[in-house]
Amino acid sequence: MLSFASRFLARNLNLVVGAGFLFALLLGIFSTVGGMLHDEPVHSAEHEFHLKPREAGLQSAGLFGTFDNQQLQRGFQVYKEVCSACHSLRLVSFRDLAALGYDEGQIKTIATDWQIEQPSVNPETGEPATRKNLPSDRFPLVFANDVAARAANNNAVPPDLSLMTKARDDGPDYVYSLLTGYSAQPAELLRKFPEAKTPEGLHFNRYFATLNLAMAPPLTGDDQVQYQDGTRATVDQMAKDVAAFLTWTAEPNLQKRHTWGVAAVIFLLIFTGLAFGAYRNIWRGMKH
Amino acid sequence: MSFPWAKHYEPKQPLMRWLDEKLPLPRLVYNAVGAGYPVPRNLNYFWNFGVLAGAALAVQIITGIVLAMHYAANGAVAFDSVERIMRDVPSGWFLRYAHANGASMFFIVVYTHIARGIYYGSYKAPREMVWLLGVVIFLLMMATAFMGYVLPWGQMSFWGAQVITGFFSAIPGVGETIRVWLLGGYAPDNAALNRFFSLHYLLPFVIAGVIVLHIWALHIPGSNNPTGVEVKGPQDTVPFHPYYTAKDGFGLGVFLIVFASLIFFAPNLLGHPDNYIPANPLSTPAHIVPEWYFLPFYAILKAFTVDFILPAKLWGVLAMFGSILLLFFLPWLDKSPVKSANFRPTYRLFLIVLLVDVLVLGYLGGAEATPITVLLSQIAAGYYFAHFLVVLPIVSAMERPRPLPNSITEAVLKGEGGTSLAQTAAHGSVLPGHNSPAAAE
Repeated sequence: MLSFASRFLARNLNLVVGAGFLFALLLGIFSTVGGMLHDEPVHSAEHEFHLKPREAGLQSAGLFGTFDNQQLQRGFQVYKEVCSACHSLRLVSFRDLAALGYDEGQIKTIATDWQIEQPSVNPETGEPATRKNLPSDRFPLVFANDVAARAANNNAVPPDLSLMTKARDDGPDYVYSLLTGYSAQPAELLRKFPEAKTPEGLHFNRYFATLNLAMAPPLTGDDQVQYQDGTRATVDQMAKDVAAFLTWTAEPNLQKRHTWGVAAVIFLLIFTGLAFGAYRNIWRGMKH
Repeated sequence: MSFPWAKHYEPKQPLMRWLDEKLPLPRLVYNAVGAGYPVPRNLNYFWNFGVLAGAALAVQIITGIVLAMHYAANGAVAFDSVERIMRDVPSGWFLRYAHANGASMFFIVVYTHIARGIYYGSYKAPREMVWLLGVVIFLLMMATAFMGYVLPWGQMSFWGAQVITGFFSAIPGVGETIRVWLLGGYAPDNAALNRFFSLHYLLPFVIAGVIVLHIWALHIPGSNNPTGVEVKGPQDTVPFHPYYTAKDGFGLGVFLIVFASLIFFAPNLLGHPDNYIPANPLSTPAHIVPEWYFLPFYAILKAFTVDFILPAKLWGVLAMFGSILLLFFLPWLDKSPVKSANFRPTYRLFLIVLLVDVLVLGYLGGAEATPITVLLSQIAAGYYFAHFLVVLPIVSAMERPRPLPNSITEAVLKGEGGTSLAQTAAHGSVLPGHNSPAAAE
């Protein structure tokens, strides 16, 4: 009886509900098609001129990528001498730099000499104060808060760079492309989209989503930093090195992850092979 | 329960005999997933996915419990506590990537499990209850996954929570009140984060409980099989252990290889970069999308663009929930007595269309809204509903199924046991001289 009732209900209800949804969708289809016939397709400067990142060709790219410590140290130098003026690295500790090949003494020096000090309290008065950085400290914030950051940077907040290469599609390539991607606005763009002229205080860059960003070109010319390992510091080289460094800050375990992965997959292949053998063995003679 | 020829648990060791008298737990396991459970001998690899779903849940619970020891559910520190797990907790990155990708693996496995159930008619009598409980598990999984994605408190976490809880505000009159009640505030904040964490920890154990019911309900009629013909005698079955434990061991190995490859070589492939930006209520991401496993439903939500009696948004929300609730009625929408689609040529064709349709919806759910993608998702959403509510009832009433084998063993001995899908599909049509499907049922 119950099954008859439920069947009867389902038989009728399904058509009513189905017809409702289908009719609502049909109206939607009409309106979409109508819209397509009447409205001009929307084109925007971003749509036409935004570029996907160029490949930086870093050693850390790909399934089995590794870190080039020499390059990471160069990248750190670029960060320290150029980027760190505005961008923080709040999730990374000075002690983490050991992974780049710096020894304890070097790390201590880097921390002590770091231009911005750690917020602290005056041990005598209890008033806010600062102290020298320790290796156990995270990299200090550049600006105390977003308001201070905006005030100092033409109303834009320089984002923290700790996770930058994971917070953008193709992050390492994006950082590299953005740093080397500043240019004048193409004449074609200005002709087609006169209103898309880069506003005062912003800078045109085809790798940035909105084409105009607040950051002025940070790498302005070759030899902006003096590399300690003798590598020539072209803009392209510096951009690659800092992209490599920021790949490390975002994913410090990348190389270890890849090594573990090879071991894990080899182990699992052996396990699966044995399991397959056991399966065949047990089912031998059993037609299925 | 189960078949009369099922093996009986006979402990030989005195200790096990003693235990069996006081607490017959080994007996329970023996009868549930041991030699005491007779299973059709012709199951193909699609039948591995139930066990794999259980394995995925176990991985999620184990990694999740350890992660919860290091995670802090507070809007001010949640993001940083996840990063601390990634950087400072020993092997924390492995646990977190295993948990995040484990969710994806869980859904891959469960979607395959559901697709198998639909293709081989496992939802039909006498297994309706197994199916209904399965849909309950699926709903619980979706809720758990959604709340879990909010916990890292990145941009997609926050805005995802904003959008999903916003569905409730589509309910006329009381919608906004319900939304505020669910969130514990006017926007996702500490209150929401804390309750999501609490429920995210609770629900997996609820899922585990419903899985027990799911398996219990399964053991009454026993497992379905690729022919859809019910078990007739002892020659049709093999004991679950060692036959299917061995096969599941192999399946588990393949599952773990795929899982490990994701964790170690592409841990962020299925995630969204925006979730590595801390939640910021003042900055809306350009493109808010849910996790990949919700995309087909998200596409259905977005397909409703015109107010018709109800506002378009409410249509979208109803359709999205309806697209899942529909599955509860599947056993009664499909009236064909034949279970396996291998023997239902017309229905099989529509099932393939449905599979493509869901994949297209998944793609469209993640694509940017242009007139073309909106149009396609309207057509695809239309087919989804039409399939279940119109096509399926009509086809199941009209079609002439192919002749069914008399028994599993007969099919197996003819090399048509269904261990290989292609094999069965190729040979399914040429089984001369068999009874009509109605008689076989």
